[in-house]
Amino acid sequence: MDWEFTQETFISLVSALPLTLSLAATAIALGAILALALALARTSGIVVLDWFARAYVFIFRGTPLLVQIFLIYYGLSQFPAVRHSIFWPVLRDAYWCAVIALSLNTAAYASEIIRGGLLSVPHGQIEAARACGMPRLMVFRRIVLPLAIRQALPGYGNEMISMIKATSLASIITIMEVTGVAARIISETYRAIEVFLVAGFIYLAINFLLTRLVQLVEFKLSPHLRQPENAAEAVIAGDAR
Amino acid sequence: MTQPGFFDLLSFGPDGWAKALIAGAWMTILIALSGYTIGAVIGTFGAWAKISGGRTLRVAADAYTTVLRGIPDLLVIYLLYFGGSAAITSIGRLFGADGFISFPGFLAGALAVGITSGAQHTEVFRGAFKAVHRGEIEAAIACGMSRSLRFRRIIAPLTLRHALPGLGNVWQVVLKESALVSITGVVELLRQSQIGAGSTGLPFDFYLIAGLIYLAISTVSSIAMRQAERHFSRGVRRG
Repeated sequence: MDWEFTQETFISLVSALPLTLSLAATAIALGAILALALALARTSGIVVLDWFARAYVFIFRGTPLLVQIFLIYYGLSQFPAVRHSIFWPVLRDAYWCAVIALSLNTAAYASEIIRGGLLSVPHGQIEAARACGMPRLMVFRRIVLPLAIRQALPGYGNEMISMIKATSLASIITIMEVTGVAARIISETYRAIEVFLVAGFIYLAINFLLTRLVQLVEFKLSPHLRQPENAAEAVIAGDAR
Repeated sequence: MTQPGFFDLLSFGPDGWAKALIAGAWMTILIALSGYTIGAVIGTFGAWAKISGGRTLRVAADAYTTVLRGIPDLLVIYLLYFGGSAAITSIGRLFGADGFISFPGFLAGALAVGITSGAQHTEVFRGAFKAVHRGEIEAAIACGMSRSLRFRRIIAPLTLRHALPGLGNVWQVVLKESALVSITGVVELLRQSQIGAGSTGLPFDFYLIAGLIYLAISTVSSIAMRQAERHFSRGVRRG
């Protein structure tokens, strides 16, 4: 393996890293809002909203992300109405098209994860909140949502990792993020293995950090599942006796 | 020249792309099936390595699943397609051929899809094996079954039954992943739609059709999977 080439590749790939991260972060943030709306629509009990959310999830989970990206980036420009609309500066831009496609896609998967979290909130908790006289919105904000987020977090962590991986598809519509730069270097030099190793290492590092971050948040959000420190000591002392 | 309408594209007539699209869909299914089969074979070995392999095998299998679940599938396709081409070209040079020889896109695609789905297969099989009751295996030993008979008659069928829902999910993922193989130039569904979009100037229609065909394939296969699950768990009492 050529050490100098590997170093050069590493430097050019790392300089593309901010683009990958901003794609992923924007898509995850926008997707999360949409996912929450979809999950609420699914659990609302209003038939129209429920079926809309079902159809949405079915369509976006049943088709490849690449088709969705192409449909938005190449497909929409087919219509003169779109080309002359005020959205055109956004829809003409490959970056925003990728962000829109990734957000719409992750929203479908994430809404099911959040729905699972919402459904897992024990009914007694909601009853207790009602009994305390909390209005509906406050029950949701203070009781249901925090409990649902804690429950959904591990699944959501996996979805975030999928999103980091999915940003690589943006390279196909000319965005020079990590995979895009890697593909360019490979096609210029035909040294696929070195470039693959470096790019793979970068993605693994991001995903490793992300996993750790999610674990940390999970730990912070579940103090009630841990024994308080002095109680743990008491148990140990009790065992010794 | 007037542009053909949406349904003209779907016809078999002079403006119709139905034949080409069906051929593309067939190619998509072929890639997905070959990739899935390769993945299942890798997954079987991976699960075996994780369950009853020695330390080295276990570490290797763990590294494989961690790495393949952490990097984008597109990178794997690039590695196999370009790396394979580079390898073949240098082998060709040894035998006196000059110029560039490209690695077959289908093979690179199927291998890439297989290698990435192999990691998921490994986890599915491992989880399914863990769900097999120890008592069943003990009973088989008590009946005096040999190792291979035990595997063939007891462990494999029970593991498969538990693995079925997971296998269905992996198939859905593989089907969607096969769209990435279009970058190698294999004329599968997405590539065929790109060709159609380019030659008619109707990208929205073509990608919409491609999306609908993917949706149809995935719906049909999920129905088939549900049937299979019902069939193979007919001996299980519920509730």
